[in-house]
Amino acid sequence: MAEQKRVGVYICHCGGNISDYVDVVALRDELAKDPDVLVSKHLQFACSDASQKEMEKDIRDQHLDAMIVCSCSPKLHTHTFRNVAARSGLNPYKYVQVNIREQCSWAHSDHSAEATLKASGLVRAGKERVLNAEALIPIRVESRQAVAVIGAGVSGMRAATALADMGEEVFLIESAEKAGGQVGSRAKLFPDNSSGAALVERMQGEIRKRPGIKLFTKATIQNVSGSLGNFTVKVSVGGGETLSLNAGAILIATGYDDYKPLTDEFGYGSGPNVMTLPEFNALLESGSGDIRVGGRAVKRIAYIYCVGMRQVKGPNAYCSRACCTAAISSALAAHERAGGLDIFHLYRDIRTYGKQESFYERSSKAGDSYLMYSEKSPPKVEQKGASLGITVKDSLTAKTDIELEVDLLVLVTGMVPRSDSGNIASLFKIPRGSDKFFNEIHPKLRPVETVINGIYLGGSCQGPKTISESVQSSLAAASKIFGVIGKGTIELEPIVARVHEADCSYCGKCAKVCEYSAITEAEHGDRRVAIVNSSACVGCGICAPVCPSDAIDLARYTNAEIESMIDAFAAASGIVPSASGEGDASGKESIQMKEFPARWNTMLAAIGDEAMSIPAIAGATGFDAQDVTFEVMTMVKYRVLVPKGIDDDDEYYSYQRKW
Amino acid sequence: MHDTISTPRILVFSTEKISDPGIDQAGLRKIHYSPAVYTISVPCSSCVKPRWILHAFERGFDGVFIAADGIECSYSPHCSDQTNALIEEAQRQMKERNISPKRIRMAAICSVCAEPFANHMANFTKILTELA
Repeated sequence: MAEQKRVGVYICHCGGNISDYVDVVALRDELAKDPDVLVSKHLQFACSDASQKEMEKDIRDQHLDAMIVCSCSPKLHTHTFRNVAARSGLNPYKYVQVNIREQCSWAHSDHSAEATLKASGLVRAGKERVLNAEALIPIRVESRQAVAVIGAGVSGMRAATALADMGEEVFLIESAEKAGGQVGSRAKLFPDNSSGAALVERMQGEIRKRPGIKLFTKATIQNVSGSLGNFTVKVSVGGGETLSLNAGAILIATGYDDYKPLTDEFGYGSGPNVMTLPEFNALLESGSGDIRVGGRAVKRIAYIYCVGMRQVKGPNAYCSRACCTAAISSALAAHERAGGLDIFHLYRDIRTYGKQESFYERSSKAGDSYLMYSEKSPPKVEQKGASLGITVKDSLTAKTDIELEVDLLVLVTGMVPRSDSGNIASLFKIPRGSDKFFNEIHPKLRPVETVINGIYLGGSCQGPKTISESVQSSLAAASKIFGVIGKGTIELEPIVARVHEADCSYCGKCAKVCEYSAITEAEHGDRRVAIVNSSACVGCGICAPVCPSDAIDLARYTNAEIESMIDAFAAASGIVPSASGEGDASGKESIQMKEFPARWNTMLAAIGDEAMSIPAIAGATGFDAQDVTFEVMTMVKYRVLVPKGIDDDDEYYSYQRKW
Repeated sequence: MHDTISTPRILVFSTEKISDPGIDQAGLRKIHYSPAVYTISVPCSSCVKPRWILHAFERGFDGVFIAADGIECSYSPHCSDQTNALIEEAQRQMKERNISPKRIRMAAICSVCAEPFANHMANFTKILTELA
């Protein structure tokens, strides 16, 4: 005889967010009839302390072996109810959260009867899933209290000091000869015109004050192995000694490269009077007084924006976001150094967002001219003796061609992924997006985490950022890292792929699609089979559908779980609404319940064929008036009753049977 | 079965990290779509097995919609290709069972794609109604 299942089902009203549209009482009653369900309840707020305590008591007293909570999105309360299960001795993976709010009551608030029917399917599917779910054991690992920070630019240095202040040992690994990254070479920084070199020097001073930070320069990463809690990063320092560094987590803060224009792109390479913005900034910093190029004093400068960026056909489709401000900042610095300059900004859009708008205002007040061009008709550049001729079709002045003669052309180039980002991605097994910057899990909800547990992103290695934004993201990553490894013990989701060796005769298809090298080939008796390295598996499940013998699956997403959910969606509900909620095609309106609650039958018998008010129904049946109000409202929702207007005494609404 | 319901029933496989928040947002903003749409969350669209798709048709679903991450997939840069491959395999098996390949669709649904998701559901419902 099959063992009796003991499932607990809890259906949340969410204070009316669910129960205003979904008949939670009908759901409760339907599940209560299910032989697998031992406890079926509806609760005002399932997440309240009182409700959680009630669930805990039920789990212990009724010896529940599985639980489902039907409430909001799993993103909100999965961990809340997993903890309820864990506190009561139930395996947290024998709990399933069913979303009957965002994906049911709210999405179908215009069809409440159908919302109830859908909720019935969702709840029954949740019950089937939890019955088929395995009791998984979270993977617990000890963690090294150390972090490897890759890249000692401002992002990496700031994260390193923050992590050291939290008590973590930090290995700060830099490939260049000195720390500082791109910022160290910047003349003036937004918004206070402070020097990039001075900022870097100050941050290096902070690093020197913290003995927990070990800085390695001229360091090349040779190999990365291990997983969250215990990574090993092999680093060759100065081309000689190779160190083996153990870290619990890794922060990638490798920064970006400046875009290098192609030969002859806007005249680049045709003479010394065409240069990129970083090259012009270096020139500005190199002296004082007149700006001289090729022996001539510069009086007229043109900037062409979006060079190599926002390409419709090229690889860099994105906006580099920081370069508009950087260009205008550079123009202001040029005005400051050499008075009497005429400066022309040839732009596609000016994106000096937030406080950076003040730079645009100052530049306009300084007399700079702004001419808008479109990507379809870019400015034409030609050398004219010692000068440059630029023809631009100004989009804002009747699209007429304007000819400029300038002494210097500055190409406003943006940020592109580092040329070695492919190597870094390959070493750390982190994915890159179509723009070739490193990919976070989710740009809004999990912006500094990668799909590899224990590897985080900070700064502009994940996309163009200002210094301020870079530091914000690296500090966010530092906090996230400390939250994960700070306790010394880490609990990991046991959602990994598993191979059923009996069905596997290694063909290599699963290993081929795995981006994380988590699947390898091994001996199994007289056969070769695939095996999964669970510490390297990220739980994406991409390997499962490619297996020709269906010998590999992902925990929590087994055939039994998914197919039982589909069965439950498709199975008949005990609650049957009409076709449209308004009546069937014949015009004869149908009732929505297969079977009425006993109390409804008593009330309907009392009402008979007449219209009756709530106090009159309560009087005739002996039920409490509040209970009658609730039941009448529910019957109206299901069109069992309809309001017939105010009664003869002008005091109460009366209700009549609909059919 | 729900003999009073004539609206095509659609099974959606949506990705937990990217598409699910978009579908949740449709509900949050009370952007309505057919109540005959049921969703199963998966880590990545490339992990949907063709047998699950076939199972849905066998159990009476009229259409299967894969809400994918597209180029935003955090697991694999080849996700769209992988998902396309499994859909092609599912369609091959559907043809063997005389099920129209038009009954399966895929689109990238991001975490803010509330309206696009509702529009996809409306269009797919229309297509499935015409196929019936």
